[in-house]
Amino acid sequence: MRIVSVRRISQIFFFSVFLWFCLVTTVGTAWWQLRGWPVNWLLELAPLTAVATVLATGTLYGNLLWALVVIVFTLLLGRFFCGFVCPLGALNQFTGWLGQRGQAVLARVEANRYRPAQAIKYYILFFFLALAFMGSVQTGFLDPLPLVYRSVNLAVLPLTAAGLTGPRFYASVWLIGLLFLGIVALNLWRPRFFCRFVCPLGALLGLLGQLSPWRIGKRDKGACGDCRICEEYCEGACRPAGGIILGECVLCLNCLNRCPAGRITFAGQPSAAGEAPLPDLSRRSLIVSGAGLAVAAMWNVGGLSGNNRNPSLIRPPGSLDEDRFLSRCIRCGQCMRVCPSNIIQPALLESGVQGLWSPLVNYRLGRSGCQITCVACGHVCPTAAIRPLSINEKLGLGEFASQGPIRLGTAFVDRNRCLPWVMDRPCLVCHEVCPVSPKAIFIRTIFKDIRGGHSLAARVQGEAVELAEAPLWQVNLASGDYYLGLAGEPESRLRRIIGALGLRLSLEAPLTEEILAAETQVDIRVRLERPYMDPDRCIGCGMCENECPVVGLRAIRVYSENETRAAAGRLLI
Amino acid sequence: MKEEMTRRDFLKRLGIASVTGLAAGGIGLILHDPQGPDLVRQQQTITGLGNFALPALASEPGKMALVHGMDRRLTLQQGVQALGGMEAFIKQGDRVLLKVNAAFATPPALGATTSPELLSAVGELCFQAGAAQVLVTDNPINNPESCFEISGLAAATRQSGARLILPRHELFAPVSLPGGRLIQNWPVLTGVFPGVTKVIILSPVKDHQRAVASMTLKNIYGFLGGRRNVFHQDINGIITELAQLLRPTLCILDGTVSMMTNGPTGGSLSDLKDTGLMIVSTDPVAADAAGIELLGRTLRDAPYIQMAAAAGAGEADYQQLKPVVLHT
Repeated sequence: MRIVSVRRISQIFFFSVFLWFCLVTTVGTAWWQLRGWPVNWLLELAPLTAVATVLATGTLYGNLLWALVVIVFTLLLGRFFCGFVCPLGALNQFTGWLGQRGQAVLARVEANRYRPAQAIKYYILFFFLALAFMGSVQTGFLDPLPLVYRSVNLAVLPLTAAGLTGPRFYASVWLIGLLFLGIVALNLWRPRFFCRFVCPLGALLGLLGQLSPWRIGKRDKGACGDCRICEEYCEGACRPAGGIILGECVLCLNCLNRCPAGRITFAGQPSAAGEAPLPDLSRRSLIVSGAGLAVAAMWNVGGLSGNNRNPSLIRPPGSLDEDRFLSRCIRCGQCMRVCPSNIIQPALLESGVQGLWSPLVNYRLGRSGCQITCVACGHVCPTAAIRPLSINEKLGLGEFASQGPIRLGTAFVDRNRCLPWVMDRPCLVCHEVCPVSPKAIFIRTIFKDIRGGHSLAARVQGEAVELAEAPLWQVNLASGDYYLGLAGEPESRLRRIIGALGLRLSLEAPLTEEILAAETQVDIRVRLERPYMDPDRCIGCGMCENECPVVGLRAIRVYSENETRAAAGRLLI
Repeated sequence: MKEEMTRRDFLKRLGIASVTGLAAGGIGLILHDPQGPDLVRQQQTITGLGNFALPALASEPGKMALVHGMDRRLTLQQGVQALGGMEAFIKQGDRVLLKVNAAFATPPALGATTSPELLSAVGELCFQAGAAQVLVTDNPINNPESCFEISGLAAATRQSGARLILPRHELFAPVSLPGGRLIQNWPVLTGVFPGVTKVIILSPVKDHQRAVASMTLKNIYGFLGGRRNVFHQDINGIITELAQLLRPTLCILDGTVSMMTNGPTGGSLSDLKDTGLMIVSTDPVAADAAGIELLGRTLRDAPYIQMAAAAGAGEADYQQLKPVVLHT
């Protein structure tokens, strides 16, 4: 079998594995669901995440150890990952191939010519590494693995809604999709545009491959006829016909395959035509890339992780405090894909530019609040920005009883919008769905005169009441929530209205024992159970906010006060 | 390139332009809407989910059995037997819909959902009586997949050979209850009903702050879609309308363990109490009237029971049904 066939099979294999892992990242026990599949494997293999998080945190988390495999093989062989493994690389190569079909030889050679602008990706890499060094991991914005996971998870799969009961929603996802479409479309102009000019992972692997003992090269210098067939199909635009630029070679091996004279080799010696390690990197530009140090430092000046934090920013359960969270999160979208409630959403600017597309919880958009028996998000997080929790740790049970439950925030009742607080209407949905025991939401009951229901003239005969005029309030008085009493009498003497026909009401029991005067003054009152919050019980799960029937701006909303992850947000003493 | 147009070219162009112009005019006239759109989209609506009560029982009060004991399979079996056996309700070839309460993604031990043990027992009885197909459904409050899995109801469904129908978006259609004030042009899970010939409602007995008790009638809430929570403003009114929306073949109200406090979510074993009663009834109102006693409450506490009876959905004085009382 030809080596390029091996390469193609490998690309198809890893691309299929990638798609499969995205598909199965849903909570469930079926074979096509989450149980057991190593859905983060490709994310863990690509070493930029490992390098950036090591710079930012000083540790190599869990399965990011896989990155060592790629690092070791890259040291020996060069950028094999780009040519053989990367799913975005495969997609870029495929669309680039489509775009070049039918083009003349010279046009192909021109498209695949080496360009000095290929140095840009190294500057991007250095910029990201400088940010990471300062504790802010931003690699996921352009690192191809997080990028392609995020794009497919959030922008592509929801278009198919495979295996779900309802549509999936992701706020502002068009932007993620547009970046992805743009990257794919640019291949029509220059094959592997992203890989050549932008990809910070490619730059990292190019640097790592500098020492590789084996490399692509020409066997002998003089005999080559300069036909440039090797460059016609060169994926890396690495100049195999001339002095090859090793850091740019993605090991597509098309040159090896196509050279009519068999002069291209993959061998343990330098190319006879000469070779250069990397594109010309200008010292000036490298220094400018170091601006990442200053940018990250200035982000800290903004105080977004401290006193200036966005009170509406709720992170998924198990998330670290904001600084440590942003030193790990790679914006891969795995938590957003897996969340069965669909409440984990990509941030736009809610946590600053530095938190673009990081996960936040939006209780309005999803199917329910954060389900108390679910810990899926932390278990798919490849970097432990969201720590993997056990149910016991999440709920503060068993050995975690002393530290209490994980709180995402605290729900606040908005007394300007809540129906029983401001509109004299019974409701209490928030109390019903509050999942903790005893409930964090408790109630106080009051009886209020309904509008126009005070001191109404009426004739009262036992259980029957006939009003002289209708109250202003147009409601079904017989719904069980309305009571009638003599004007000004205490609540204990109210009687529930159980029937209403025009102005005639019937009560569940006689109003008084005595015979009343023909004209009596009565009050009609509504029984209101008003929600109150016990912040000591509230875990910020947002069930109440999700279900609140005040559908616009909810009348009960979760804010970050008292969230477990940030000591700065502590509310209770 | 020629400077001047030939006569033939001119006529060709004139012809194409004329035909295109005529076609555009015609399409415009066909699509022309002088009225403009309705402010609110008008939809065909369905008027109810159906009356699945046995016609033979229509003229007489319903049948009811109250079976004391803690073994659900045993109390269920004796209760159904006292009413003539499942064969009295399910005939050969029936397609049976089991409406469970799967509202929350909590484990069965917390009692916030229909007991999976009860579900599989009922499913088996239906199949033994000759049911061709048994369907299980609910539109829960939490994410449906999680609710059915974690409550154990999905496993019980599989185990009994029934089929789980998750409340997919396309299964909802607008329903207007004739004479109803609340259920008007409201999305309801109608898509599970085509072909269904019998309906059995399986409910736990739970405390509920707003409704006072969540039992059989409140369980029908789980057929509603949309932002159904607005109806909590008139909880008794909506439950009364729900009682008219669907008349089940049989109701099984499981008071083996009742949720006494912190309902309807519960969340702690201390919210539960062994009340040891299985209620099997053809009348949902009577079932709830009996069930509410397990919570130490009366009909006066939960007005919807008498309101539903007044609306013709059943009998609030359950003693009228002359219930068979058994002890296991």
